Amino acid sequence: MEHLLPSPDVGPDAGPYWDAAKENRFVIQQCTDCNSWRFFPSHLCPSCGSDKAEWKEPSGKGVIHSFTEVHRGPTPEFRAHTPYMIVLVDLDEGPRIMTNLIGNNLDQCQIGAPVEVCFENRQNDTKVPQFRLSKTEADT
Amino acid sequence: MIKNNVVIAGVGESDIGKVPELSGLGLNAQAAKRAVEDAGLEMKDIDGLLTAYSMTEPYFMMGSVLAEYLGIKPTFCASLTVGGGTPGAALHHAAMAIASGQAKTVLITAGENRATGQSRDDAVKALTQVGHPYFENPYGPLIPSFYAMIANRYMHEYGTTREQMAAVAVRARDHAIRHPSSPQSKHLTIDDVLSSKPISTPLNILDCCLISDAAGALVVTSADRAKDLKGKPAYLHGIGESHTHEHMTMAPSLTEFGTEISGKAAYEMSGLSPSDIDFAELYDCFSIVPIIEAEELGLAKRGEGGALYASGETAIEGSIPINTHGGLLSYAQAGASGGMHGIVEAVRQLRGNEGARQVKKHDIALVHNEGGILSSHCTMILGQHPL
Repeated sequence: MEHLLPSPDVGPDAGPYWDAAKENRFVIQQCTDCNSWRFFPSHLCPSCGSDKAEWKEPSGKGVIHSFTEVHRGPTPEFRAHTPYMIVLVDLDEGPRIMTNLIGNNLDQCQIGAPVEVCFENRQNDTKVPQFRLSKTEADT
Repeated sequence: MIKNNVVIAGVGESDIGKVPELSGLGLNAQAAKRAVEDAGLEMKDIDGLLTAYSMTEPYFMMGSVLAEYLGIKPTFCASLTVGGGTPGAALHHAAMAIASGQAKTVLITAGENRATGQSRDDAVKALTQVGHPYFENPYGPLIPSFYAMIANRYMHEYGTTREQMAAVAVRARDHAIRHPSSPQSKHLTIDDVLSSKPISTPLNILDCCLISDAAGALVVTSADRAKDLKGKPAYLHGIGESHTHEHMTMAPSLTEFGTEISGKAAYEMSGLSPSDIDFAELYDCFSIVPIIEAEELGLAKRGEGGALYASGETAIEGSIPINTHGGLLSYAQAGASGGMHGIVEAVRQLRGNEGARQVKKHDIALVHNEGGILSSHCTMILGQHPL
């Protein structure tokens, strides 16, 4: 990629999330008491209040809950990339996540479309999780 | 405790639009002076002060900063930060202080110099603070992007149309043009909105609120005390809040929000129902928002808010006038000022002297403030007379 977007800020709750992304692995927290998956990362389980959780790899699959095509970026770096697509993805395990939808078939973006995780290189040798449309049977 | 005991005795606004000769603090002070005078009081009578926040000026303790700037020494003072919900939340706090006797006369201000206090790019960048710093902002969302995703989901589930959303902006402009303080003079058409510059689909620039220099202020006191004051008080019949999330990723739903919860609380306190509401001042940061709010507050059936706007019934001459001043879309929006202008407008309409934009029936008003991404809500029901 010619112009990489800025590296993400790494919050203190989420070191393992970003470390895994550098290795093309998508991990989120699962509560070891009530087994619910959660995102954003947090110290306590929002379902049961437990402070015990593990970072685990979900399936990496989900569906688009909603989307928007951005024509006016918030910073010069993003303005250079417009238009780009932002999606809210409902992961098969339950939590919702916001990423960009990337790939060369963005015209097929629609609510309910199946998507899967992938990774985008960012500045300073970092990566961020992203989503792309899943291949349908017609594609294969 | 609040109902029939707490009133808004004075309202004021700063100059509106582009006001480069005043700082953000200056705008708040100008609005405060006008509100205190409107109540027939002097600044020394103020023993409580609640303010919003500033994203254009580097002040930390805004309540104390404004007290210092005004030369007052309140015994009840704070700055609140619940985004656009701040003026309503401040009114709720003030009402509780008045009702419990902790304060006698509370001044509330909100607003900043968002149009001239920073560049447009800096304004857009500052507002990225609303996105989650670690898990949303790496993907480049604007505030309009969040609301755009709500709009897309709402259109998907309820069939709300782009034309209906555009009707919200057209109506707001028509009302703003009738307001003597409004900088707007050019009417809009549906086509103007649909063909304006795309920002984040499906929202175009004319679906988005203004960026203004503006502030508004309220003087809140007890109904007993107001009897000796010159102004015609507006009674706070009911008020309720709901805070369901901050970041859009964590919103429990993109089609059902805390508006309904805060509205129910306000209706319950007042003993009134949606059919009692004569007119409403809703939060319209983006054209989709008052459509959703009208539904959640019972002014339209679920899924029919867009049709309500398209029908013309939200016009000043309609059956349920909404945003009679022009709202955030066409009157003013400066930080937390947007919702404040709605409260100020409701009080003015209740008094009944607003000329070309005066609604015919003006006994009971509903105001809704909303902050974040439909995250923090406050619904207020105000009236001319005690209930």
